[in-house]
Amino acid sequence: MHLARVVGRLVATQQYEGLRGVPLQLIQPIDDDGADSGDVLVACAAISSGPGDFVQWIDGREAALACPESFVPVDAAIIGWVEQAIAHHQRLG
Amino acid sequence: MLIGKVVGSVVATRKDEKLGHQKLLLVQVHDHTNKPKEQYVVAIDAVGSGPGDMVLYATGSSARQTTITEGRPCDAVIMAVVDSWDLGGDNVYEKWKS
Repeated sequence: MHLARVVGRLVATQQYEGLRGVPLQLIQPIDDDGADSGDVLVACAAISSGPGDFVQWIDGREAALACPESFVPVDAAIIGWVEQAIAHHQRLG
Repeated sequence: MLIGKVVGSVVATRKDEKLGHQKLLLVQVHDHTNKPKEQYVVAIDAVGSGPGDMVLYATGSSARQTTITEGRPCDAVIMAVVDSWDLGGDNVYEKWKS
């Protein structure tokens, strides 16, 4: 699992049928210094996160398990808010 | 998932038979500010997208989690046609405007 900040939302009415009603959000991965690391990607929001939130996300096939229907082509899912994250004695986010 | 634009299609009559007769589309990767990158992916289409569509595609073994790509040697599947997306509230891409 990784850390990220939600930076946007994406709308796709024509999508794979198992994903109806699942919000799609753009997330910017964050490293252990709190800095942006890597490209922005699109994830399914398994929680009611929104732009600006500091979140925890999962990639790979397990991301589909966080969706209402688990047999869906999803490789990234937001699975939790981060209230506090500390690395190298520094608070992140 | 990543954002891309369908820029073409791929025809291969001689290929692994497990691929079956699925539509193979050529997708150019776009970044979140809708700038095209010099990166292309051949993906199986699972939602009826076509050239010119802005799409979302999933990669890795998640790509095999559709009724169309299950059990096929496929690591990229188009699973959505994008209508719009915004960054911090400002729309970056709108299908009805492009």
